[in-house]
Amino acid sequence: MRRKVRRPTRLSKSALRVAQAALLSVILTFSMGAASPGTRFNDLGHKMICSCGCNQVLLECNHVGCPASEGMRNELMAGIDRGDNNNLLLQSFVQKYGPTVLAAPSAQGFNRVAWVMPFAVLLLGMGGTMLLVRKWKLRSVEMPPVPIMPGFERVRDRIRYDTDEFRGDPRP
Amino acid sequence: MAAFGSFALLLALVLCAYNLLAGTIALRQLSTGAAGRISPERLAETARRAGISSFIAVSAAAAALLYSVFTNNFSIAYILHHSNRALPGPYKFAALWSGQEGSLLLWAWLLAGYGFVLRLRHKVDVRLTAYASTILAAIQVFFLLLLNFTALPFAIAPGEIAGDGFGLNPLLQYPEMVIHPPMLYLGYVGFSVPFAFALGALMMRYPGEKWIHITRRWTMVTWIFLTCGVVLGMHWAYAVLGWGGYWGWDPVENASLMPWLTGTAFLHSVMMQEKRGMMKNWNVWLIFSTFMLSILGTLLTRSGIVSSVHAFAQSSIGNWFVGFLVITLIVCTFTFVLQRDHLKTEHKLESLVSRESSFLFNNLVLLAACFTVLWGTLFPVLSEYVQGSKVTVGAPFYNRVAVPIGLFLLFLTGVGPLLAWRSSSFKSIRKNFIAPLVAGVVTAIILTLFGVHFWQDEGSFYSLVCFSLAALVTTAIGSEFVRGAAVIQRHTGQNILASMVQLTRRNTRRYGGYLVHFGIVVMFVGLAGSAFNRSVEKELGFGQSMDLGPYHLVCQSFTQETNANYDTEYSLMDVYRNGKKQFQLAPEKRFYQASQQTQTMVANHSTPLWDLYLVYEGKNPETGLPIIKAFLNPLVMWIWIGVAIVVFGTAVALMPNLTATLASQRNRPDTLAASAEVEAPALRGGD
Repeated sequence: MRRKVRRPTRLSKSALRVAQAALLSVILTFSMGAASPGTRFNDLGHKMICSCGCNQVLLECNHVGCPASEGMRNELMAGIDRGDNNNLLLQSFVQKYGPTVLAAPSAQGFNRVAWVMPFAVLLLGMGGTMLLVRKWKLRSVEMPPVPIMPGFERVRDRIRYDTDEFRGDPRP
Repeated sequence: MAAFGSFALLLALVLCAYNLLAGTIALRQLSTGAAGRISPERLAETARRAGISSFIAVSAAAAALLYSVFTNNFSIAYILHHSNRALPGPYKFAALWSGQEGSLLLWAWLLAGYGFVLRLRHKVDVRLTAYASTILAAIQVFFLLLLNFTALPFAIAPGEIAGDGFGLNPLLQYPEMVIHPPMLYLGYVGFSVPFAFALGALMMRYPGEKWIHITRRWTMVTWIFLTCGVVLGMHWAYAVLGWGGYWGWDPVENASLMPWLTGTAFLHSVMMQEKRGMMKNWNVWLIFSTFMLSILGTLLTRSGIVSSVHAFAQSSIGNWFVGFLVITLIVCTFTFVLQRDHLKTEHKLESLVSRESSFLFNNLVLLAACFTVLWGTLFPVLSEYVQGSKVTVGAPFYNRVAVPIGLFLLFLTGVGPLLAWRSSSFKSIRKNFIAPLVAGVVTAIILTLFGVHFWQDEGSFYSLVCFSLAALVTTAIGSEFVRGAAVIQRHTGQNILASMVQLTRRNTRRYGGYLVHFGIVVMFVGLAGSAFNRSVEKELGFGQSMDLGPYHLVCQSFTQETNANYDTEYSLMDVYRNGKKQFQLAPEKRFYQASQQTQTMVANHSTPLWDLYLVYEGKNPETGLPIIKAFLNPLVMWIWIGVAIVVFGTAVALMPNLTATLASQRNRPDTLAASAEVEAPALRGGD
């Protein structure tokens, strides 16, 4: 049996073009400026730690007479001027100074766990909470509807207020 | 003086050990009905008095150490290593907590102080207080054991008595250092009290929720101390470390944040237990965790498990803390397992869209934030264990992971108070949420139009979200105040501001809580400004200049001076704006003679819009000219303003309600109606 092929209408073609243009503009917007050496220096300099032992981000290490930061900054600038890409630059620093030079774990191997775990815990917790509430809700006994009387809400509020030991923090 | 101090500490240990032993025996006899030679009530009373006396003994030890600092008694090793003759008076106080032994003594002293107040106020509930007092005594015994056998504050320095000491760490020679550590310690140590009450209440199967009423004020006071301690630490880091920021996600900073997060979660979730008898298991474990995280913080600071820029007091006592943590965990788990049937919930959640579930989610997000911080702090250790090599978990990790969680928390801060207890109808949600949502969206549009382009980078995106959420939450809080005040205004004819004041005084807890939330929002606004920080660094000789934002900085002169404590080099920088001289700043670098260490002193001009923050980085050895680094950090002042609002809100929440006025007004029919109308949002709102 031949399946009927649905031809794209003029409207859907236009929509597709608009979507493509939008996607392209987003990509261009995000990529613009990212290649400037100053931005790259700032970006990469904040992804590394000064190796002097101060535990500060490379571009934020301000130790007077720090033996490491100036040399590292110069190396970074030289790498950018050479045209090395970001990955290559970071790898060369890792090889020279060890993995602790990176200010955050890489997204490779076991280090991925560092990134995934917090969100996994949050999502699991939220999912668990939702399931728990749903379970409790299903278990709860349906109450008969409350008769609607004029001024009922106000009277109920007043009773709650008057009987509340916290004065204004009524027990529901 | 060393002998006196050592004796006072030994006496304090004996008294605390007696408090623990006699208290345990008395409580055991009271619960089993067994009789000894002395009646359990009398035995418990002697234990209480021993606890009170231990405060006097620890105070005497602390006073002895302070006296030794002020009299330059360098025969004591601690004084030799943490003070010197030229050290100014206020910093001699700071010497008390600048090292391992002194800070442990401060911990023991504060704990004894809390215990002293608790034991004096025992009539609030004699038996529960006896349990709490005994548990506090157990904690105190641990710290006194350390002070008597491992970290001796009165140990004598070997050899001849030195003429002068090695001085205080220069990083600590800053005014805030005189108050930041005591505040932080008041927070850390203070959580021992609600912990002791919670554990005691569980051990004795305390009926009802009165223990929560008793500990509410303790918990809030402790929480505000910890909040102030953390923020003072941020301000100190900003003003002293000179890297242009206030939070570096250092393990020690993280250690102070973790108990704050769980403590905040506890403050919220106990309301569920108070009002609906729910989340009892959860609350017990929250306060257990908060206490254990306080101990973990101390362990991280001292053990050298993780490397940190301000682990001033590293030593080998980490094992003691690990042992103490393990014992605490075992006691808590054992008690919980034994008594868990006592913690059965009285109600269950009825709807996902309700105040209760907003509390649940708030707790969940706070705990997720705490887990993230703990995970990031300990991941280097885990990585070394699994991969054989350490990795660094620094600011880029936390900015990516913790910031979204923090923003979600900010969102819940606005949403929670607008939901009703038990269940919210779609109509009420629509009514309450329209104005805040509109405020949030309008803020986002205006900021985008004015140049906050969220597509530029991650920081701009998060800032835009943060500002929009801040507008949403502020509108939500404001509408709560206005709605309640409008009713009072209608019935009393007062102006809206006076009505708001009266509204707040009628229910200090709820409206104080809203003020705290508003303070947190203001702090978030200040934090979001960091996405737009700018900096410039230049070598500046006489008359040379640089530009940063709207400012033109001209080097007027650079010079050096000497005093008894340090040598200093500084630049005088004239700051111009629109061609007019506005003010002068003097960034400085000091060289402390006693400790032979160098320290920068930041010059900062703070305005509500931004901080102009100058750092003297040193002199170029080739040219002999000073290198100045200037930062323009937007909105930082709002962080400090926000925390002031938080403190004010907490003070309001601690005040009693205006019950007397209400009682007299109750008899008047018009105010009766007004009261009911004003309090109606409480069914939706509440704390």
